[in-house]
Amino acid sequence: MTLRTNTIALIALFLMAGCGRPEGSGRIVIENKGSDTLVNVAQAWAEEYQTVNPNLAVAVTGGGSGTGIAALINGTVDIANASRQIKDSEMAQARANGQEPVEHVVGFDALAIFIHNDNPLDEISLTQLAEIYGEDGTFESWPQLNVEVPGCRDQEIIRVSRQNNSGTYAYFRGTVLGDGDFKLGSRDMHGSKDVVDLVHATACAIGYSGLAYANDEVKMPCVSDGTSCVTPSVEAAIDGSYPIARPLFMYTNGQPTGAVKEYLDWILSDVGQCIIKAKGYAPATTVTCDAPSA
Amino acid sequence: MSTAPGPGLRPPEDRLDLAWITDKAVQVLMFIGGISAIIFILGIFAFIMREGLSFVFDRFDFLEFFASIRWAPTSNKNPTYGALALIVGTASVTGVAMLVAIPFSLGAAVYISEFASGKTRETLKVLVEMLAAIPSVVWGFIGLTIMNGLIIDLFDVPIGLNVLNAGIILGLMAAPIMTTIAEDALKAVPDRFREAAEAMGATKWQMIRQVIIPAARNGLVSAVLLGVGRGFGETMAVLMASGHAINIPDSVFDSVRALTATIAAELGETAVGSDHYGALFALGLFLFLVTFAINLTADLVVRGIRKQ
Repeated sequence: MTLRTNTIALIALFLMAGCGRPEGSGRIVIENKGSDTLVNVAQAWAEEYQTVNPNLAVAVTGGGSGTGIAALINGTVDIANASRQIKDSEMAQARANGQEPVEHVVGFDALAIFIHNDNPLDEISLTQLAEIYGEDGTFESWPQLNVEVPGCRDQEIIRVSRQNNSGTYAYFRGTVLGDGDFKLGSRDMHGSKDVVDLVHATACAIGYSGLAYANDEVKMPCVSDGTSCVTPSVEAAIDGSYPIARPLFMYTNGQPTGAVKEYLDWILSDVGQCIIKAKGYAPATTVTCDAPSA
Repeated sequence: MSTAPGPGLRPPEDRLDLAWITDKAVQVLMFIGGISAIIFILGIFAFIMREGLSFVFDRFDFLEFFASIRWAPTSNKNPTYGALALIVGTASVTGVAMLVAIPFSLGAAVYISEFASGKTRETLKVLVEMLAAIPSVVWGFIGLTIMNGLIIDLFDVPIGLNVLNAGIILGLMAAPIMTTIAEDALKAVPDRFREAAEAMGATKWQMIRQVIIPAARNGLVSAVLLGVGRGFGETMAVLMASGHAINIPDSVFDSVRALTATIAAELGETAVGSDHYGALFALGLFLFLVTFAINLTADLVVRGIRKQ
């Protein structure tokens, strides 16, 4: 589906020979590229925006945060999507190219820690997580966290992780493991939902995934950074009190104007924010939405 | 073995009529069809070599690749490419799969070939072939959902995604093709062997054990080898049922990670031309050579029968 819409958007782009500029027909194309985490949301926004402004087409492509930012530096996109902040080196490159990337936070992605419902553990610290997941960590069994998990043979901690090129994996490594490596032997799932499903089926398991994938069949302990323990929630992700939440960004070249500004304003409006919420991320602003239909 | 058309089979003159044109056109088409498999094999081999060789020459550390279990290609601090755990993972899953598949498939083949008759036999053959038509992702799903819980409950182990789970799934997947080939091998044993055994007063089991199976030995071995090749190359079901954990298993209840599953999980999001990309192609190259060797052996074994 994504691919097809992408293709249509791309064809539309080629037909119009030019980006971000009004054409004779009055149609405008906004080029939007970057993060794979955001690509589904960006796609949903682009589709929905057709009903708001039929004269504007948004061409969305993925490729990763780095790809999007590189394209912004080269001046070939109007909006770059990123699930990480722009690096200083990229900022310097952009300035050297006469671009001035401006950051817009369009949503948040909170990483929840998942354990089995029978697990009595109620809170976990970032240090403990590093002991469990990190290459130099020493935690191998639940009693080391002062809990006894019923139904868990040998009290062994079954680590559930993600495949090594996932953005979630990279974020977890950067924030929790201080850019160190993961301990070998974790079960590396190929999707956030698989992590939750496996934790649900396995009493000994611990896993991490976006908060959007939480359900009643798994338990989420609160996460502490050494001071206070915060239960993962959309609100805690927004106010920054939850220690493992990352903002999701869109970058424009200079303060947005015209159609790009209208589009970004619409994304940050209640309608746009309800779409990102329906896609399973925390919105950047407080919104009340109808039951998510996605 | 068809013989080349002799002069007598050709039209007396090279008359340019419709039949002649059709004949030539069909010949060309058949030729293309016949050599296409070779072209594809060579093309794929060249492609894997091209993508993997730069890594093999520039970065490849023989000792690390075959002796280290640390597969950490995306590490920021110390990327290493140890494939030992992946090789052991694939081998252990294939081994368990064969333990499951050999009794099932040889038993089924003997029953279909020697005992069943009429409708039973036809129904069984169709069912076995239907088993081969189940997509591997469905097998993987069964492993992930049904088998996982079953293994945890039955054996009281912490996790059900392990060598045993993937091995059973893979064994059931490999069994149909092994059954079909083994049955062909048993059918190829001439009936005079059976008649002679019966004339000597052998019971059915004596006949099967002492006459039929030894006579069909090469075919049976090649059926097993093709099953092994299937096991080595299977991806999706193993990815889903093995637990996908870099680990040297101590028992069948440990999670492992297969070579194929690693390539499938990582290739899609790897930057083209990076070391990681090259390393995955090096895994592919290794896999290709192993499966090639297995299939070649199977083929040579089958040729062994024909010569007898």
